[in-house]
Amino acid sequence: MSKEPVAVVGIGQSKHAAARRDVSLAGLVREAAQRALDDAELGWADIEAVVIGKAPDFFEGVMMPELYLADALGAAGKPVLRVHTAGSVGGSTALVAANLVAARLHGTVLTVAFEKQSESNAMWGLSLPIPFQQPLLAGAGGFFAPHVRAYMRRSGAPDTVGALVAHKDRRNALKNPYAHLHEHDITLEKVMAAPMLWDPVRYSETCPSSDGACAMVLTGRAGAARAPRPPAWLLGGAMRSEPTLFAGKDFVSPRAGRDCAADVYRQAGITDPRRDIDAVEMYVPFSWYEPMWLENLGFAEEGEGWKLTEAGVTALDGDLPVNMSGGVLSTNPIGASGMLRFAEAALQVRGQAGEHQVPGARKALGHAYGGGSQFFAMWLVGAEPPER
Amino acid sequence: MPDVLKAPLVVEFPFTRSLGPVQRAFFTGLREGVVLGARTTAGRVLVPPAEYDPDTAAELHDLVPVAATGTVTTWAWNHAPRTGQPLARPFAWVLVRLDGADTALLHALDAPGPDDVRTGMRVRVRWAAERTGAITDIACFEPYDGPPEQPAAHTGEFENPVTGIVAPARLDYTYTPGRAQSDHLESLARRKIVGERCPSCRKVYVPPRGACPTCGVATGEHVEVGPRGTVTTFCVVNIKARNLDIEVPYVYAHIALDGADLALHARIGGIPYDHVRMGLRVEPVWTDGARHPDHYRPTGEPDADYDTYKELL
Repeated sequence: MSKEPVAVVGIGQSKHAAARRDVSLAGLVREAAQRALDDAELGWADIEAVVIGKAPDFFEGVMMPELYLADALGAAGKPVLRVHTAGSVGGSTALVAANLVAARLHGTVLTVAFEKQSESNAMWGLSLPIPFQQPLLAGAGGFFAPHVRAYMRRSGAPDTVGALVAHKDRRNALKNPYAHLHEHDITLEKVMAAPMLWDPVRYSETCPSSDGACAMVLTGRAGAARAPRPPAWLLGGAMRSEPTLFAGKDFVSPRAGRDCAADVYRQAGITDPRRDIDAVEMYVPFSWYEPMWLENLGFAEEGEGWKLTEAGVTALDGDLPVNMSGGVLSTNPIGASGMLRFAEAALQVRGQAGEHQVPGARKALGHAYGGGSQFFAMWLVGAEPPER
Repeated sequence: MPDVLKAPLVVEFPFTRSLGPVQRAFFTGLREGVVLGARTTAGRVLVPPAEYDPDTAAELHDLVPVAATGTVTTWAWNHAPRTGQPLARPFAWVLVRLDGADTALLHALDAPGPDDVRTGMRVRVRWAAERTGAITDIACFEPYDGPPEQPAAHTGEFENPVTGIVAPARLDYTYTPGRAQSDHLESLARRKIVGERCPSCRKVYVPPRGACPTCGVATGEHVEVGPRGTVTTFCVVNIKARNLDIEVPYVYAHIALDGADLALHARIGGIPYDHVRMGLRVEPVWTDGARHPDHYRPTGEPDADYDTYKELL
């Protein structure tokens, strides 16, 4: 029996900010979920199951927050599933929800991801003082910066490429009313003048710490037929994992990422991603990850990704726009960051991305990664339903 | 085999909570000596109040005061209170349905012993002497045999509402690094760097984890590596971390020790930070009393050729 085609019929997100002190955790997820329902013109009773994701519980110190959030998400009497795959969780949460629809277990599913980073400190949460280990580093930036240097050495990219990405993404964010950072006076010079935090990663090339949530309503063919606005159709989705550290691990272009993309393209019938895909929303928490993922995802040959960035191909008006929403570099509620990528890809093919819309986008890729470049989740969505 | 190491690991953080409209009113009410519930779509009164109706998911706005007296709906005796619990002496955990409420609130009941507690008994709030807008503003409940109190009408609106609380959390673990890392640490005490070889793929892991993450088999064969190695990649850290006593800037490097099949992470010293480069040959610098090498310093050898370490970044 074939799978049920999966359609995204509702998308919502909160206004993202450094601290949303006006809302509780419940109020934050509710804001996104209510907007997704409104977009789909559905009520709570229309939802059959809820799939929720966030990054480690340590980040807010609420153990199993899905229990406490059940009321806010209308989950009484319904299954609630919690997904956890570190920073990629927003993506894998959406895929678990999509699989429930594809398997015809549920007709219409609400999926939600969130983080309220202001209530804790992610840098602390990621750097616990483990006994017998030498404390050397704090936070994610220092972990990823050596891999950026390795990419620069391997590709021969000029050291200006990271700044180009940060400038582009922050400019894109100005067109996205939900984005956390709105740096109206951003210039390339200002990006370049920012201090190096973890050389070669500048302060201006790192993601912010945000409070925010994202939600989507997923449904099958019948639900899509009743939807008030054009749906985005899931054409391919996959997850892959690998250990954090192992002999032979390629941190610059992890195999799990390559394999995950290949699986998605196979499902979607994509033979040349650079030609067949109109827009990409990828998980770029440090600017250099744009050229690195362009290669890992097959949009460029190894060592060539930076040339696309440098030539303006990934700009909003370029041939292959990347991170139209402003990306993780402009908004980073960690648990929601993956779902925001997936949601932006869906907004694009629905033609509902507002000022950051890529004209005529028919196929878009949403991408997330997490942990020590070890969890990958991706989906490819299209304006037309899958053939078969 | 030496004893497996263990040590306490305390995870402690003062988490903050933004309260939102309903909890804001509830906590501010406690500060003012008023217990507020939320009325649901069906007319039930929830205490403590919820922001969203558990039955319909509707947003709840209607806040109603309930009495500071109520009935125990169930209980459990706490023989040995722990740090941070409401009372230092043995007490009963109780669920109390306050007069005017349809649901029960979890709190402590101050009673002489378990024989003095029963389901259905009447209790009332004992307010804390100083109230700040927290659940601890109710110090505990106490037995009460008077008539139900009548709550005064209240709108749920207050001057200077409490908008957030601090929720300190502390977890006490006993951490053990396991057999393989204990062996490794014991070798470090003799200033030897010892890894383990996978019997299947023959890769040498330093520090060892006791199993090969690729092959999924146990490792046990000890292999001494280094002490010299090559800087494969690095970053210059310019941000001073909490609880980290290292002056910035410093170099955090991946070092492939000679004979190891993946890089370990360490600090580079003995050279200006802006002279460190990929391929730099380094060796450990030990200090008295420290378990790990304090840092690695240049050996003075010529830099390693990129091709010799490009798979070990």
